[in-house]
Amino acid sequence: MKCIIVDDEAAARAITKQLSKKIEELTIAEEFENAIDAIKYLNGNTVDLIFLDIHMPTFSGFDFIQTLKNPPLIILTTSDKNFALDAFEYDCVVDYLVKPITPERFAKAVARIKERVGVSKVEEETAIVNTEETTTVGNDLYVNIDRRLVKINVLDICVIEAKGDYIKIKAEDKNYVVHSTLKKIEEKLPNHLFLKVHRSYIINTTKIVDIEDNSVLIKQDVIPVSRANRKELMQRLNLL
Amino acid sequence: MQLDSPNLSYIKELSDGDTEFEASLIAILKKELPKEKEAFMESVRVKNYQNSAEHVHKIKHKISILGLEKSYDFAIAFEEELKNNNPKRYETFLRILQNMEEFLMTI
Repeated sequence: MKCIIVDDEAAARAITKQLSKKIEELTIAEEFENAIDAIKYLNGNTVDLIFLDIHMPTFSGFDFIQTLKNPPLIILTTSDKNFALDAFEYDCVVDYLVKPITPERFAKAVARIKERVGVSKVEEETAIVNTEETTTVGNDLYVNIDRRLVKINVLDICVIEAKGDYIKIKAEDKNYVVHSTLKKIEEKLPNHLFLKVHRSYIINTTKIVDIEDNSVLIKQDVIPVSRANRKELMQRLNLL
Repeated sequence: MQLDSPNLSYIKELSDGDTEFEASLIAILKKELPKEKEAFMESVRVKNYQNSAEHVHKIKHKISILGLEKSYDFAIAFEEELKNNNPKRYETFLRILQNMEEFLMTI
């Protein structure tokens, strides 16, 4: 999520940045010490989330919100508990953090954001999934991560590894951890490309770099191949 | 009022071992606090207590960053008093600022 911070106090901006650093999904694109500069930035840029101080000289956080035609999600930050009721009059305000902000409280606010984003994404994308009655649409596989349906191109998937109640999908540019099983995802993948080579691994056979006796190399990963699955793997290969 | 002692507990909690962040936040506090103190004192001198309340509001956050719980409670009350044009406890607030500045000089 692309975020900006609007706060006239440098210490407060530094703290919000530090708290955001610990949360992978958040990227602080810019920070502003006054609302006017933030408005100028938003005229040419879009963001997903604003950390906004209410109490700023000349132009308050609430004044700022009122200037935005399509406000993104906003987390208000303030040293004053008295504005909480006013804050929730705005649909875009997802949470209200009273300074000093603790890491636990910050994480809770971000969880609320994820929930809000997740709900709207699910509403948008469920239609596609339901129409097809599957989570695979063409080459796209939709996986549920933190209540968001995230699209992965199956052709980009290199390896899928079972990890307890989760599976780790290693794609070309990114890894995804999904609450699912190898069996379930195997049913969604095209048989001619993917093969279960071990009880904990499914591989995309087009991504193989080389093969040794009991393992295959895919990108940097050495994937074990069980004896029972080796025969089918060898049959799939175009051997000279 | 007996002043409480500043500490780095909150900063350490935020930093989680990130010493670069600790140093940068402390540098910000050292830079901002004297300016905010000066602006606060000037607003009291010219008897613009609404403005003084604004300054106390901002300084309040720094009081909490340095773990001064008692002083923070005092600042909340003093901010309200200033909004009602009552600066009587000005000297006590100055002592709190002095306490913070002295601590910042030691780190």
